[in-house]
Amino acid sequence: MIKTDILIIGAGPTGLFTVFEAGLLKLKCHLIDALPQPGGQCSEIYPKKPIYDIPAYPEILAGDLTDKLLEQCKQFEPGFTLGERAETIDKQDDGTFIVTTNKGTKHHAPVVAIASGLGSFEPRKPLIHNISDFEDKGVEYIIKDPELYRDKKVVIAGGGDSALDWSIFLSDVASEVTLIHRRNEFRGHLDSVEKVQELKNKGKVNLITPAEVIGILGARKVKGVVVKQTQHIEKEFEIECDHFVPLFGLSPKLGPIANWGLEIEKNAIKVNNALDYQTNIPGIFAIGDGNTYPGKLKLILCGFHEATLMCQAAYQIINPGKRYVLKYTTVSGIDGFDGTRKEAPKAVVKKIE
Amino acid sequence: MEQDINITIIDRDGVAHNIQAPTDMAMNLMEVVRSYELAPEGTIGICGGMAMCASCQCYVNSNHELPEMQDDEEAMLSEAFNVKENSRLGCQIQMTPAMEGLEVELAPES
Repeated sequence: MIKTDILIIGAGPTGLFTVFEAGLLKLKCHLIDALPQPGGQCSEIYPKKPIYDIPAYPEILAGDLTDKLLEQCKQFEPGFTLGERAETIDKQDDGTFIVTTNKGTKHHAPVVAIASGLGSFEPRKPLIHNISDFEDKGVEYIIKDPELYRDKKVVIAGGGDSALDWSIFLSDVASEVTLIHRRNEFRGHLDSVEKVQELKNKGKVNLITPAEVIGILGARKVKGVVVKQTQHIEKEFEIECDHFVPLFGLSPKLGPIANWGLEIEKNAIKVNNALDYQTNIPGIFAIGDGNTYPGKLKLILCGFHEATLMCQAAYQIINPGKRYVLKYTTVSGIDGFDGTRKEAPKAVVKKIE
Repeated sequence: MEQDINITIIDRDGVAHNIQAPTDMAMNLMEVVRSYELAPEGTIGICGGMAMCASCQCYVNSNHELPEMQDDEEAMLSEAFNVKENSRLGCQIQMTPAMEGLEVELAPES
């Protein structure tokens, strides 16, 4: 059982900044995220896109914002449960919560902060009539353990970075890699595209374009796929394989949180914005893009503000009646949980002769 | 102020909405749909309008001359589902006076 003060669901910008604000109040945080890396949308959808409305940053790439937030909160030693989705929440008799992920990891905290944005990212599944029959029987939408493909024949479908990157990686692991995409052009980093071109020329990756997988063959597990190619004349053929990995990106879904008894409006969690961004369940807060209230704006900078106020309310729940006044970091510095201290250099007092 | 234009949007339940869209606020079709709440929040414009998610895919029924498709839109549509000949990403269609009378249908959520 993982124990913490504030359990944050969602490791996007709002969740990461919560770690910093909580740390100033000596509260420890742990974050759960369905994605394998922190940063949320900023890392998953648009890491290379510039953002222009982060205060004091005239321009910052979304990926760099994630790195800066991680650096800023590092001394408060956040814990992470990554690649797992928060599934259930159970309120204990003492008012604390136990949150369990889809993999069974349990987290115990007196305060839960839902910073889940538009939801947890689920793979987009191609519309192939019999695909669901083969899920986890040779069809995988996310590559978790590349070793699964060692000396196997793999067909990958998709035209973005993940399809390219995994084709490159698996060309050294699998016995055969085939990449299928609907067009000849790929939407990915130029060096990845060039690398796949090189592997194709060397015969290490079979490239089939413009084409798509329209059926899956096999009895209890994948034995092959049916491919429709549309270059010059349309033709259909079969490719023998052990695994079919469609990589068509991820789309956010509110998911199991919808069943937690929270008041939901417009796919977002209703909160009290006059006070502390608490939901209808005391002890559970919702901050960032995933909440709603009159006048709500889905902006990163609004998430930062919401996180800051929420942490004050969390402090009161965790330390009932304990006195505290807001301190400025310029005055008090920052004492990390790792023993580090950051502070303003002392002013020099020196006599002028 | 420039004139609003009249456009028709058929939502995912097949209901047609005749609405007015401003042409002087640099709005695109996806944003117009959101401003009228014709699709539930969180099911359209997920990437914010960067042609990176295809959640605003629509079918253009009228014969308007649309802005030419850029590489990123074409690439995104090549990975999207339920794509037809007349598919476009709503976020790439700007509201201009030339769009008067436009009729589009929102593609299913995927």
